[in-house]
Amino acid sequence: MAGGALIGVAAVLLMLANGRIMGIAGIVGGVAQDPRSPDTSWRLAFLAGLAVPAVVASMLGAFPAAPVVGGGVVVAAGFLVGLGTRMANGCTSGHGICGLARLSPRSLAAVGTFMAVAGLTVFVARHVLGGM
Amino acid sequence: MRRQFSAFASGLLFGCGLLLSGMADPARVLGFLDVLGVWDPSLAFVMGGGLTVTALGYQWCLRRSGPLCAVTYQIPQRRDLDARLFLGSALFGLGWGLVGYCPGPALLAGAAGLGTALWFCAAMLAGMLCWRLMESGDWLPAKAAKG
Repeated sequence: MAGGALIGVAAVLLMLANGRIMGIAGIVGGVAQDPRSPDTSWRLAFLAGLAVPAVVASMLGAFPAAPVVGGGVVVAAGFLVGLGTRMANGCTSGHGICGLARLSPRSLAAVGTFMAVAGLTVFVARHVLGGM
Repeated sequence: MRRQFSAFASGLLFGCGLLLSGMADPARVLGFLDVLGVWDPSLAFVMGGGLTVTALGYQWCLRRSGPLCAVTYQIPQRRDLDARLFLGSALFGLGWGLVGYCPGPALLAGAAGLGTALWFCAAMLAGMLCWRLMESGDWLPAKAAKG
């Protein structure tokens, strides 16, 4: 709960200060796709902020382990996540937190779709194909 | 400079939230997505908590005349549901369910130096740039409806 509330505080801060939706796919995608945009500087600052707790947790040996999945699956999944989140204009943060918080019908449809497909994927991988 | 500082602070809080909540742990995420297995519902409370704080905070923000360090609020106005929204979300869900990383936690794990996450992030950037190329060509029927 406390971690979730912090995620909410982060989203509210970005709206209160900069007037922006805290969508990670949009922030990363924006930097990658349009590096000359005037938004690049704050987007990079956001990513730099994100890196701080990661580096600290890593140095303390407290960072959660990576999933045990084959390299091909990792690359395919990463590609799908990048392509899909840009196609749908949002991911878990942009649609799931910020979009649902403002009762956007597009975000509700997006979250329903990606949660259902992700759940089905885990079901097939774990219980049909067996073992992941 | 204030805009960069507030974005930095937001990113820092977001990263801490992901770590504290368990969202940065793909094993926890896959356990949450495994509704029909030994379901771990704890991340539902994380999303619920994040959603509640954001909903209340947004209400408060939007009553103000504008943001503190920018001219206007930039909030998506579209309400239509198109093929891209559903197809994109489905592709995202497939990738998320295969590995347990969505973009935020993937970047966080990449910054922590996990090799798997770095490969994931590189592929994720390739996917985003691929969409940029696809979007510039007229290949989806939904583009016409966008008007």
